[in-house]
Amino acid sequence: MRAIADIVMEMSRFFSIRKLRAEAAFKRTLLLTAIAMVVIALGIFATLAIHSIPSMKALGIGFLWGRTWDPVSDTYGGLPFLAGTLITSFLALLISIPFSYAIAIYLGEYKTSGWISGFLKNVVELVAAVPSVIYGFWALVVLVPVVRVIETKVGVPPYGVGIFTASVVLAIMIIPYAASLGRELIRLTPSSLKEGAYSLGATRYEVIRNITLPYTKSGLFAGLLLSLGRALGETMAVTMVIGNSNRLPTNIFAPSNTMASVIANEFTEADRAIYLSALIELGLFLFLVTVVINVIGKAVIKRFIND
Amino acid sequence: MKQIRSSFKMLMITALGFMACSLAACGDGSQSGKVDTEGDNTLIGAGSTFVYPLFSKQFAEYNKETGLRVNYQSIGSGGGIQQLTHKTVDFGDSDAPLNDEQTKQIGAPVLHIPMCSGAVVISYNLPGLKGTLKLTPEVIANIFLGKIKTWNDPQIAAANGGVHLPSTPIVVAHRSDGSGTTNIFTTYLSKVSADWNTSPGKGSSVNWPVGLGGKGNEGVAGLVKQTPGAIGYVELAYAIQNDMAYAKVQNKAGNFITPSIESTKAASDVQLPEDSKVSLTNTDAADGYPISGFTWALIYKEQSYNNRSQDRATKLLKLLWWNIHDGQKFCEALHYAPLSASAVAVAENILKSATYNGKPVLQ
Repeated sequence: MRAIADIVMEMSRFFSIRKLRAEAAFKRTLLLTAIAMVVIALGIFATLAIHSIPSMKALGIGFLWGRTWDPVSDTYGGLPFLAGTLITSFLALLISIPFSYAIAIYLGEYKTSGWISGFLKNVVELVAAVPSVIYGFWALVVLVPVVRVIETKVGVPPYGVGIFTASVVLAIMIIPYAASLGRELIRLTPSSLKEGAYSLGATRYEVIRNITLPYTKSGLFAGLLLSLGRALGETMAVTMVIGNSNRLPTNIFAPSNTMASVIANEFTEADRAIYLSALIELGLFLFLVTVVINVIGKAVIKRFIND
Repeated sequence: MKQIRSSFKMLMITALGFMACSLAACGDGSQSGKVDTEGDNTLIGAGSTFVYPLFSKQFAEYNKETGLRVNYQSIGSGGGIQQLTHKTVDFGDSDAPLNDEQTKQIGAPVLHIPMCSGAVVISYNLPGLKGTLKLTPEVIANIFLGKIKTWNDPQIAAANGGVHLPSTPIVVAHRSDGSGTTNIFTTYLSKVSADWNTSPGKGSSVNWPVGLGGKGNEGVAGLVKQTPGAIGYVELAYAIQNDMAYAKVQNKAGNFITPSIESTKAASDVQLPEDSKVSLTNTDAADGYPISGFTWALIYKEQSYNNRSQDRATKLLKLLWWNIHDGQKFCEALHYAPLSASAVAVAENILKSATYNGKPVLQ
């Protein structure tokens, strides 16, 4: 009898040691995986920085606000691409806000279940999964002629391609990000708060305006930030419809170019060291722009929460 | 607290380690590389995307005849030159000769062997225009410089007597990606227009004074097809396959030439320099189309490097020899212009000049 008890004790001790070991190994694996992410981010930054050195030396800080991009005479200025990237991304964000918020509120507040809700939710998620080259293609075939008609009416040169077209495509592509996150957050609003408001005689619209939206505003903002990040880096769909003109845009219908798109276009045939390095420096610049925008966004979210 | 600090330390150490690795990898690229990775019966090439359809056909046929496999990666001319510089391929292929910087970087004599030639055509979208548009070199340059703004400009009308031209504004379409096509076209413009030569000049991508950019032949073609009044340049093969309207261009001898395989072949039937490193644009040939260029296979003149075997060098040179002779019959079906008699003669001499340890490889 005692022998059996001993064996059981022994075994349980043995297994608990093994369990502990497994615990530790599991924790280590998690940590290492997380560290790998950090290392990759730092590694990308380091690679970009190192390969930009020749261009930084040759072109100096003027690269950031130079307006001419002329590979033939080795003159490189990043301003037209910075302008193109920021204008298209923020314009896209502006266009997408009403749609993504409407979807988020409808699915989070009005139709939280049922087949319509499920169908809508799946479609919105599908929109996020469509490859960007397909958006580019669609825009080229459908959107460009429509924009050309608008341009003829407005009285600007009817190119069809340009900043406006690119922004509309981008807006469609980024709607799902803000919409999905917004829907989740709106559903998390405590029902006690909402029920309290209803019991005081508030209408549904008043509840959304005074309870749900204030409660979820930092999350909704985070959704926008996610959308903006996607818009800043989008390459394929943009390059197909932006007109790829390396000059500072004069109006929102003008052809322009973005940092991501010029890199994708010119990288393979960049045949001189400075040229290649200037493109990589543009990549570094894009990397920093996204970091800065994210940091600002995080700060804004923090302020919302503290309020 | 202690735990946090220790994991932070671990994080930093690992991060530094990885960074060191990635830096080491950066430095390596320029020296390492071995050609013999795929066994002795496979040659590796890389470069121009323009020549890729022809090379795949030629190499497939050559494989049937001899059993030699050729792995050609169409990564772009610039990439092909890089790979050859790093000695990771047996041959490169470029639509432009090596520039000064590339020649300096590669550090050893490189042979340029013409493989075939291709033409760049001027395509346009003018609904209702009957017949083919005729363009003079000055008109083309002035359109792409933005000096001619509408289709009924007297300069265009002068070359197209009797044709009714609309007052539609001209929309210029050009390539947005760096490409050999752009290089041929801008080299031509630099030769025929002093203004163009000053600025923007010639290159695989230039600072276009006007117009919209499209990615690839299909991008430019899309812009031209969709925009009434548009004009752009695309490869001849692409224009033929897609039934696009393209203009006759006046050549140096004053004749208006329809771009075709024959007129492109004729353009290379002129006195060529011994190293074949010449642009065929604005050719002297009276019946030659003026906007065309060679694509060159690139190999080291001295084939003994990186412990390559003589056998490998011989296989490479025999392949290229076959390409400029028997292989030429596959050109026309794929809309490439075969080499002219004078180009083949020059290419033969270049191949004969390749050596292994100082001795000619081909006898």
